[in-house]
Amino acid sequence: MSVIRKLAALGLAVSTLGGVAQAGELVVYSARQDHLIKPVFDLYTEKTGTTFKYITDSEAPLLARLKAEDANTPADLLITVDAGNLWQAEEQGVLRSVDSETISANIPAKYRSAGGFWTGLSLRARTVAYSTERVDPAELSTYEALADEAWAGRLCLRTAKKVYNQSLTATMMESIGVERTTDVLQGWVNNLATPAFGDDTALLNAIAAGQCDVGIVNSYYFGRLEKADPSFPVKLFWPNQEDRGVHVNISGAGVTAHAKHAEEAVAFLEWLTTEEAQRVFADVNQEFPANESVAPSEEVAAWGDFKRDDVNVEVAGRRQAEAIMLMDRVGWH
Amino acid sequence: MVAKPQWRAVAYAGAVLVLLPLLVLALSWNTLDSTIWNHLLQTQMTRLLGNTLVLVLGVVSGVVLLGVSLAWLTSLCSFPGRRWLDWALMLPFAVPAYVLAFVMIGIMDFAGPLQTTLRGWLGSDFRMASIRSTGGVIFVLVLVFYPYVYMLARGAFLAQGRGLMEAARILGHSPWQAFWRVALPMARPAIGAGAALAVMETLADFGAVSVFNYDTFTTAIYKTWYGFYSLQTATQLASLLLLFVLLALYAERRAQGSKRFPGSDKPRQSALFQLRGVRGWLATGYCLLVLSLAFVIPLIQLFYWLFSSGSNDFDERYWSLIRNTLTLGIIAAVTTVVVALLLVLARRLQPIRRVRSAVALANLGYALPGSVLAVGIMFAFSVADNQLVVPLQRWLGVESPAPLLLGSLFALLLAYLIRFMAVASGPIDTALARIRPALPEAAHSLGHSGASVFWRVYLPLLMPGLLSAGLLVFVDVLKEMPATLLMRPFGWDTLAVRIHSLTAEGNWSRAALPAITLVATGLLPVIVLIRRSAHSTGGSRAH
Repeated sequence: MSVIRKLAALGLAVSTLGGVAQAGELVVYSARQDHLIKPVFDLYTEKTGTTFKYITDSEAPLLARLKAEDANTPADLLITVDAGNLWQAEEQGVLRSVDSETISANIPAKYRSAGGFWTGLSLRARTVAYSTERVDPAELSTYEALADEAWAGRLCLRTAKKVYNQSLTATMMESIGVERTTDVLQGWVNNLATPAFGDDTALLNAIAAGQCDVGIVNSYYFGRLEKADPSFPVKLFWPNQEDRGVHVNISGAGVTAHAKHAEEAVAFLEWLTTEEAQRVFADVNQEFPANESVAPSEEVAAWGDFKRDDVNVEVAGRRQAEAIMLMDRVGWH
Repeated sequence: MVAKPQWRAVAYAGAVLVLLPLLVLALSWNTLDSTIWNHLLQTQMTRLLGNTLVLVLGVVSGVVLLGVSLAWLTSLCSFPGRRWLDWALMLPFAVPAYVLAFVMIGIMDFAGPLQTTLRGWLGSDFRMASIRSTGGVIFVLVLVFYPYVYMLARGAFLAQGRGLMEAARILGHSPWQAFWRVALPMARPAIGAGAALAVMETLADFGAVSVFNYDTFTTAIYKTWYGFYSLQTATQLASLLLLFVLLALYAERRAQGSKRFPGSDKPRQSALFQLRGVRGWLATGYCLLVLSLAFVIPLIQLFYWLFSSGSNDFDERYWSLIRNTLTLGIIAAVTTVVVALLLVLARRLQPIRRVRSAVALANLGYALPGSVLAVGIMFAFSVADNQLVVPLQRWLGVESPAPLLLGSLFALLLAYLIRFMAVASGPIDTALARIRPALPEAAHSLGHSGASVFWRVYLPLLMPGLLSAGLLVFVDVLKEMPATLLMRPFGWDTLAVRIHSLTAEGNWSRAALPAITLVATGLLPVIVLIRRSAHSTGGSRAH
């Protein structure tokens, strides 16, 4: 019997080799796409020898996988975009609290979980884009002003089903109240030149082509198009500079509750907040470093300085469901 | 003949496979999130159901019209180019719905080359109907899904043989009357099977409708999950979708009744209708128009993006994407065809209600959105891992017990099997329906055993259907995205995963390379199998 038992154990051990992470290896679940995270992983591997295995997917399926795997999950780290998703991961109990002086020193509190469950690593602004041919930037002022009748038939939006817009709505609800936000969103929908787009790239191309004159996009989509075509006839505008500032959101990461290599994961996370990593992590997608002592890349800095909305990004998660319901009620699809 | 109870067991086993994730769906009803449900019912459900109904009706009408007319032309008529259009019209099958969606929007939307060019010619205030509309979604999905109906209807028309149509003509029917009264009714099971696949694919689609930002019932499933983070409500909605599909399939099966039209023993040797002159060229033009819209033009746009984007994503990992895609496709195709064959045989050889119900149940996976199916399997396997696998390892003394099911290749392949069972069953069932009962009975009377009857009678006659089934599953697995994304083990990225990675953040032009590769990978089996299917049909003249 003991011989059979040992043989069976050996068989099982052999069959598990493929799935279990080795020492010096980190397993990452990422909602950030492959071509954006691989450069960072490669750099860290080069420096430390730690290797990576990773899976990419959308946020909700990754969370579902983490919950299904529970204590057996091979994942050490969750990387995702949008504070709303990070907050949700914390709420669902799949992340662990990390107490790190390095992270606290490098990343401002408003871009981190209060309980240490996740930290922002880069920032993107969700801001106004306008046609340089048909719009004088002096006409622009606030997100709210785009609800004015002057913009009837001239506004383009991305779908309400994208978390970036949900987070924008949630933080507006927090800053200017539900009633005012409802009016603004209703005005936006009334001013639409065409039904909401599936993605920001198509929206920007629509502005360039003359289908609409202004839109609300994540800054890096503009950056990508501008990089490909310096004469692209659209520019970014920073709204609300006289009051709360521009809505920014984060991409960030947290160590999983059942991480098998928690110490290595924390070390990697800490490194991600340092200047060296911040430069790569943000620049690869034309974002702003979350570490405020690190300057953005030249191409991003060229868009100009702006005042950021200081609302804690956690609001994006806490009020996300409420925001979605509001967007539904005004008919933003 | 094989002992009857065994076939019953086969059917029940097939049903159990699907019940595995369905149990997860059913268990989701133990509590209700009234806030979300009230919100959905008040603000979304009417619109979503309306959108879904319009979409399904539009797609079914379109695929039947296109699929049957093209199948009729290429299988019964003679016109310029028929020989190569015969197989070329299957090529669009290699294009995923989500790829055709973003390509068509890229070409035809306001900022795209078509409208930009027309504004240049006709003035900046030129406007045309928007591709990003209900009509646009229907248009794209019809071009993507008509091959299901085309392939099955074409096979049915070819199998009808020459004699029946000629008899109808001799009895005074015009070509049109022969079509409506003889050919179409006999092909109805095949057309119904193709249309059913298109319906289920349309209902389960999330990729293409997302690109269009067109909200359907499936949108509510994903929105509830991704936006409200209520996986429980999402699975509740998915179970309602499944219930609807069950009712629709039941109605279709009842409408079909027990009609059986055994095939003639004289397969067609030449086209029955000679289309000459203008009519011939009109037929050619019609086929070319469909082929251009569904395949040629999109491919040109993809190549344009490929060469103009400048960035070279062709790295060493690319070959692993291709290898993984092919490996998964082949294994899934073989596995699914074998299981589907067993189920179809079970229903035929043991035609009691319980077996029929079990087999029908086994085909329900196709209507489930890939992600929801994946989650169902994931939770089921999580329980199995936690309750069985890990404890077993501990008992055996393994130092670091680890889950073996969740995150394994087996889990992903099971997802493919459940999802694409209906795809494989259609052509096999159709092929089986054309085998006259007298043939196996004759073999029996000559002393052949059950197994011998299978190998000598059923298998050769079923081969065209089996090959069609294998093709359909293979290409569908190549294109599959959501379940693959969620369930693939480390190192098993596929071309579809790469496309998702690029399109998820709006990198449409960079997605051209994996999209073209995916289409090319799917093309070879499509071409080979169609040509072989033609030969197989001709070869059956021996009977």
